[in-house]
Amino acid sequence: MSATLNYTKKDFGNDHMVRWCPGCGDYSILNTVQTAFAKMNIPKENFAVISGIGCSSRFPYYMGTYGFHTIHGRAPAIASGLKATRPELSVWVITGDGDCMSIGGNHFIHTLRRNMDINILLFNNRIYGLTKGQYSPTSEMGKKTKTSPMGSIDYPFNPLTLALGAGGTFVARSVDIMGPHLQGILMQSEQHKGTAFVEIFQNCVIFNDGVFDPVREKKARDGNLLELVAGQPMYVGSDKKRGMIMEGARLQVVDIDDTHTEADLCVHDPANANQAMALAMLEYPEPTPIGVLYQSEKPSYDSMFTQQVDTARERLGWGDLKNLVHGRDSWQVK
Amino acid sequence: MATKVDQVVIRFAGDSGDGMQLIGTQFTNTTALAGNDLATFPDYPAEIRAPAGTREGVSGFQVHFASKSIYTPGDVADVLIAMNPAALVTNLTNLRPGGLIVANTDSFDARDLQKARLDVDPRTDGSLDNFRLVEAPIAQLTKAAVAPHGVSAKDAERCKNFFALGMMYWLYTRDMSQTLDFINKKFKSPYKEANVAAVQAGHAFAETIELFAGENVEVAPAALQKGSYRNIMGNHATALGLAAAAVKAGKPLFYGSYPITPATDILQHLASLKNFGITTYQAEDEIAAVCATIGASYGGSIAVTGTSGPGLALKGEALGLAVMTELPLIVVNVQRGGPSTGLPTKTEQADLNMAMFGRNGESPMAIIAPRSPADCFEVAFEAVRIATKYMVPVMILSDGYVANGAEPWRLPDVDSLPAINITYRTEAEGYLPYGRNPNTLARDWVVPGTPGLEHRIGGLEKDEAGDVCYVPENHEKMCALREEKVMRVQQDIPETVVEGASSGLLLVTWGSTYGAVKTAVDAATAEGRQVAHVHLRWLNPLPADLGDVLRRYDEVVVPEMNRGQLVRMLRHEYLVDAKPLSKVQGLPFTTIEVKAAIDARTTLAATAK
Repeated sequence: MSATLNYTKKDFGNDHMVRWCPGCGDYSILNTVQTAFAKMNIPKENFAVISGIGCSSRFPYYMGTYGFHTIHGRAPAIASGLKATRPELSVWVITGDGDCMSIGGNHFIHTLRRNMDINILLFNNRIYGLTKGQYSPTSEMGKKTKTSPMGSIDYPFNPLTLALGAGGTFVARSVDIMGPHLQGILMQSEQHKGTAFVEIFQNCVIFNDGVFDPVREKKARDGNLLELVAGQPMYVGSDKKRGMIMEGARLQVVDIDDTHTEADLCVHDPANANQAMALAMLEYPEPTPIGVLYQSEKPSYDSMFTQQVDTARERLGWGDLKNLVHGRDSWQVK
Repeated sequence: MATKVDQVVIRFAGDSGDGMQLIGTQFTNTTALAGNDLATFPDYPAEIRAPAGTREGVSGFQVHFASKSIYTPGDVADVLIAMNPAALVTNLTNLRPGGLIVANTDSFDARDLQKARLDVDPRTDGSLDNFRLVEAPIAQLTKAAVAPHGVSAKDAERCKNFFALGMMYWLYTRDMSQTLDFINKKFKSPYKEANVAAVQAGHAFAETIELFAGENVEVAPAALQKGSYRNIMGNHATALGLAAAAVKAGKPLFYGSYPITPATDILQHLASLKNFGITTYQAEDEIAAVCATIGASYGGSIAVTGTSGPGLALKGEALGLAVMTELPLIVVNVQRGGPSTGLPTKTEQADLNMAMFGRNGESPMAIIAPRSPADCFEVAFEAVRIATKYMVPVMILSDGYVANGAEPWRLPDVDSLPAINITYRTEAEGYLPYGRNPNTLARDWVVPGTPGLEHRIGGLEKDEAGDVCYVPENHEKMCALREEKVMRVQQDIPETVVEGASSGLLLVTWGSTYGAVKTAVDAATAEGRQVAHVHLRWLNPLPADLGDVLRRYDEVVVPEMNRGQLVRMLRHEYLVDAKPLSKVQGLPFTTIEVKAAIDARTTLAATAK
């Protein structure tokens, strides 16, 4: 690695007033992202932070990097054009559940399919916040909002299974207020060559407060969280009294007792796609997995995109404009 | 001895699977090499293979070639090659009285007539009395000719297009060697030998039989301006113009697109130019295509997206983002018949309103249109130059007629093409994201990766410093600036050229209507009619002197393949009583139609007072 760049978190902020609601989960994510960027040893000018529309998408305005606040749902497409043509940049898409899963769903799945080497941070708060509280594609069934007064009849997306199904090569989850955990995921995300998708549970304090309490609240968290560590057995909760075993194709929570010991527990293997899908499918009140569910390697779109240009030049030499314009069938009029 | 004529129009017509576009193109290329001026018009259905033998499945290719300068593929054909009854009856209106029909008589049995919805054989009911009919059992003769080469009966019959081509080569004294070379390169044995046999047999058949009375026709080379030429289709010329601009600018070019008729060829052409630093991105949809292109522009590439009308409708919001962020972008819109899916393979000029006004808010965009296939090169090149000079999106309004039509192109000397100077700002001192060049009003192009210039842009209204700004006066100022920036492009628009009379009737055209109108105006002028022609390359901004030009004429008429879009702009802009001449049939204007409109409004010199 080249000379270490001595950045601090401050280098990645700017003097703009941050305008999220007091208590919004976005503040802690911003804090963690700035801290993580400072540690990535990437020249600051090589970061590009690209967002769509929504509360979370104001993110670039609060960063000290290059930033592009684009249009609703399209950030992955704009980031793809940037990364394909400027592969040396570290490109980060900031998006929300409406932006990413609803209006931008097509770009999301196709970016994953192509394995474009960008990072997508989905701030999932299961609500439309900026438009003041309508159900989103990740809102739970039956949720009462201003546009679903009798309860939502939309089945929700599970962003993790969607990402896996679309061919994602790095699929992870973290929580807004779990700074060190999120930071660790971001560092791994940056290292991953290909699309890195991170779902971040984010609390909307105004329109959906408490939706992630089973994961965010200290007490509940201790009982419910399934923190994934590669190569380690899957314990649930901090007291290690429960864990996960595989029953058929589904993960099952069991008590660690005379019947089940640590040796029976599933060992987390991020390269195992079936296990990742089983983890992704766990829904509360089942334990909630966080960490890197899945990671695999295959060439990224941008690397192949660049490679084809190099190969063409090796084979054909640099293009000659005069020859191109004349083609093979030109003739002279004298 | 061949009879000499100064121009000929041939129309090849058959089933979509009969290879009419292929032999049309072959005849065109051969004719180009023979030194004629020419123009072509492919006319084919949207379906890849409509039911064989039906009227719906007829695919046509018209080529006009001459020993003088021509500007259209011809109003009516002198010769119609009809491979079946459907091709015959659907194209008769395109054949001049007394014109020659070469009919493949092997496709005129009862079933063929039924498929063409004909109760009686048109050869027997007198409907062809005004034409010269040559009956040739093309399928049978082809089968016999290719028999020695061991292809199946079905494949043998598929060579019949080349037989027909061979007949036309004899009839118009063309050298077959270009086509023989093509066949040898394109096909493998035994199809190579079979097709060569077919084209030679067609040639020999035409020479031997009495049908043409041993008389063939010669069209001498045109007195074209000195230089190198090639035959070029509009979409190909657009791709080459973009490539030339990239080379001249010394910057990579990114083309983001989604396949759509009739724009797809541009994507295909550019996809093979990677060694020029040109990359293509086949996006998941039209919106992704324009958005990826905006991303590439943000990163410093010459960024181009291409589409046709329905795709342009989808791109609207993203184009507004490009206007707002003042990033250079080129949008190629190869127009087709609309609205909705409309007429995908037919031409129209009905997207001018959408180009001008099809975005939310005050969202002005520079608009330029090519007038002919070869002109697409210059227009594409100019669009890149202007977009990067003024930091604005530029829309190219091509259309199906120029995109798929072909003509001889006098090749530019690539060394003398204008320079395209692109500099990315690297100086941090005094940088304002929306600071401007006083002359062009362009903001600086700063690409990510530049140390010390980190800044944020986006779709929200900004002040000069690049901060989000809701101050009422600032929004008004920025709207006016974005408009003024497009108006400043006038600095790069040459003085309006008027061809013809200095008063009387003026015809104003844009895009592909140029050829038919020029031909009609030339003819009317030769008769002594007081008529003039102005052709607009830029639609936004309009040339600075246009108002003065329009006001010099008693009457202004605007022929357009739409319901009157430019005419409305001109009336609004200049308060002149311009009149529409509208056509929305999915077909270009004919010279006859335009000439008739001129005749109705002018008098002959002899009778003029």
